[in-house]
Amino acid sequence: MSSEAHADSHAHSSVHVESLGVYFAIFGALIILTGITAWVAFHDYGQALNDLIAIGIAVTKASLVVLFFMHVRHSTKVVKMVVVSGVVWLLVLFAFVLGDVFARGPYSVIG
Amino acid sequence: MENQKNYLNASYGWKSWLLTLDHKRIGVLYLISITFYFLLGAVFAAFIRLELATPAGDLVQPATYNRLFTNHGVIMIFFFLVPSIPAFLGNFLLPLMIGARDVAFPRLNLASWYILNIGAVFAVWSLAQGGVDTGWTFYTPFSTAFSNGAVMTAAVGVFITGFSSILTGVNFLVTIHRMRAPGMTWFRLPLFIWGLYATSLIFVLGTPVLAVTILMVALERGLGLGIFNPALGGDPVLFQHLFWFYSHPAVYIMILPGMGVISEIVAAFARKRVFGYKFVAYASLGIAVLGFFVWGHHLFVSSQSAYAGIVFSVLTMLVAIPSAIKTFNWTATLYKGSVSWETPMLYAIGFMGLFAIGGLTGVMLAIMGFDIHVHDTYFVVAHFHYIMVGGAIMAYMGGLHYWWPKMFGRMYSPFWSKLSALLVFVGFNLTFFPQFIVGYLGMPRRYHAYPEEFQVFNVLSSAGATVLGAGYLLPMVYFAYSLFAGQKVGKNPWGAVGLEWETESPPPPLNFDEIPTVDFDAYDYVGKAKEAQVV
Amino acid sequence: MSSSAHAPNLAHHFESYEQQRESASLGMWLFVAQEIMFFGGLFTAYLVYRINNPEIFKMASSELNIYQGGINTAVLILSSLTMALAVREAQLGRSKRIVALLVATFILGGVFVGIKYFEYSAKFEHHLVPGEHFDLHLNAEELAYLEKVGITDQAKIQSRAQMFFSIYFAMTGLHALHMLVGMALIIWLIPKAWRGVFNADYHNPVECFGLYWHFVDIVWIFLFPLLYLLGRNIGA
Repeated sequence: MSSEAHADSHAHSSVHVESLGVYFAIFGALIILTGITAWVAFHDYGQALNDLIAIGIAVTKASLVVLFFMHVRHSTKVVKMVVVSGVVWLLVLFAFVLGDVFARGPYSVIG
Repeated sequence: MENQKNYLNASYGWKSWLLTLDHKRIGVLYLISITFYFLLGAVFAAFIRLELATPAGDLVQPATYNRLFTNHGVIMIFFFLVPSIPAFLGNFLLPLMIGARDVAFPRLNLASWYILNIGAVFAVWSLAQGGVDTGWTFYTPFSTAFSNGAVMTAAVGVFITGFSSILTGVNFLVTIHRMRAPGMTWFRLPLFIWGLYATSLIFVLGTPVLAVTILMVALERGLGLGIFNPALGGDPVLFQHLFWFYSHPAVYIMILPGMGVISEIVAAFARKRVFGYKFVAYASLGIAVLGFFVWGHHLFVSSQSAYAGIVFSVLTMLVAIPSAIKTFNWTATLYKGSVSWETPMLYAIGFMGLFAIGGLTGVMLAIMGFDIHVHDTYFVVAHFHYIMVGGAIMAYMGGLHYWWPKMFGRMYSPFWSKLSALLVFVGFNLTFFPQFIVGYLGMPRRYHAYPEEFQVFNVLSSAGATVLGAGYLLPMVYFAYSLFAGQKVGKNPWGAVGLEWETESPPPPLNFDEIPTVDFDAYDYVGKAKEAQVV
Repeated sequence: MSSSAHAPNLAHHFESYEQQRESASLGMWLFVAQEIMFFGGLFTAYLVYRINNPEIFKMASSELNIYQGGINTAVLILSSLTMALAVREAQLGRSKRIVALLVATFILGGVFVGIKYFEYSAKFEHHLVPGEHFDLHLNAEELAYLEKVGITDQAKIQSRAQMFFSIYFAMTGLHALHMLVGMALIIWLIPKAWRGVFNADYHNPVECFGLYWHFVDIVWIFLFPLLYLLGRNIGA
């Protein structure tokens, strides 16, 4: 957690350099997933399934960007906790607000 | 001694202060800013209490009264309470207490101070434009479609200031994770640091939701959108959900650092380690996390569904538990301790009692059936002032008195400081305890007139406010006096245990001559008996 | 940032390049976490109104140009690739390549914003900007679809469609603003990269900016299906 005793300008870095192949592969995967999600959108598998697939693909794409492009795969435990916390907190916001919305029913006042 | 370089005299001139990267100077800059905003917010409080001394609305128009309480709330919360302990005491002490030379991002730290004040410029400008009359809660659609107050300007001000909090939170979290001295493990950290850590979590995860909500209010007001306006198909309760998602955790922003201060003071003036250190540390995290799950208790009467209400009610009662754990632990720390009654300790004891009352009334309010009866009455006003003034501000004053000699190398008058503490305690209770009663009896909040039968309580309250005001003004005099004529102190005027007491008062610019290696637990008065002496 | 001959670009309060790098990365991630919550408020509003008005939202969504949206998605993904490669070059200290990839990222960002400009103009022309002149034109087929699910109140249809577009403009506008800020930051980064400032020890600005840019891409990854792909399956 803490540091070396003195600064060393030519320190052996612990930077992990990702390979080109990985970056291009992830790029390819992201494009393909985008195509799939657009294609699925034009077909009707029932609203629930359509929505689930769309969200699932978006989450997959986001995860690929986070893990590979943003290097979280090779990041410290603390950074991974930060990522998870951000997502979880967002879900908490959604869960409680939408829970109330579902329990209240649709808002239907028109002025 | 006279010629030793400390952070205050290391350099001179406007630029050396306004462009400083030294966390200690930035802390002092914050002290100046928040003191100014406190006085501004207090002026509005004075007018409120003056109006309420008589039942008739005879001092100001109703519209003006709306502006008085709104501006009192906005300024006190966003420009005093939220930054007070973290940005002033936190900035000054965090690197010292963990054995670092500065925070992780000194330039960001200075930027945070400027951002706070830029936001404040907008808030003060909104006052010049006549003020805002929506309540500090900006409820829609009044704030977006009907109010004639300077809502946009105030909204811009609050939006900007939010980023001051966010950046401070980022800075503190990284500093605590990455810049602790060798040997300073997590469970050797002073509990004040745990409090700052928990507060910073809320800064980072909660404040942005307020920011985007204010943005939506501004868009709605400026462009006539209908996101929260029922006349255009919008949902005003959605605004309340989004607003309180931040604003409830915000109250934990205001109390967690204060609780951290109390841990420090109680340990120092009982000369004993805090009882149940790990419980207090985990309780800080627990409050920060659980505090995000309870916001719906502000929406019990908003048409929020009864099921949501039940869930929020239960969770709100649960969040009282970690706070109670801390209060019991501080009390247990005093048991068989070597207690001395210096001014910081007076504030800490006052905190423990007043926070307990505020917290218990909070549990009462968590019960839906009771809340419906007292919603929007003075009972609620009394509850949150017990926490925020009886709690947070007492803790702030305690911390100010505890660390003042470290920050400025001078001691203040024990007599005047103890007298002020007494005035604050008496004045506070006289101001706010009657409000519990009159609120329970049905006096609504945010009204400038009230039925005659409530006058006695209001007169007591206004009288108390005068005493409280005196208690807050006196320190300004004796602290200022101490800077020139106060007794000079050495490294450890209280004989306390902690890294900040092992360096000079005032500290040198780089904090320590050598970064210490930590081999002791927090508050180890037994193991560090030799060092824990007045020096 | 203070420097010395021994340790250029190592700030005085850090003990090592590694500590400085890890601190910068952690700090940037915390900022990204707050950005998640920032956009989260708007996503919440979107979800609430979509759940309450699924069919009208579908009608409104089908007014968006899926080709422009789709191309923009691909453009941003490509710009994420160029940015990731730019960070890689910064890690390897190859200044010319860093600049080339930053320029590519900038150009792709410009394409995105350019397409957005055309999209927004079209909205203005078709009276789909919320306000006095808002007027969603539904053809017979769309009206029939709404009638089938029991929605005939024209005022309600217009008001909920306007809600969709309020949220559309707020979300894509905020996103575009983040893109523009990003492009301005690239302009700031390019001269530093050109001067050869970045290497294995010190490349924090590029890395941190990369995190920002990828985050903005991720926001769009969610905006595209939620705003553009609703209701494309009506009549499928």
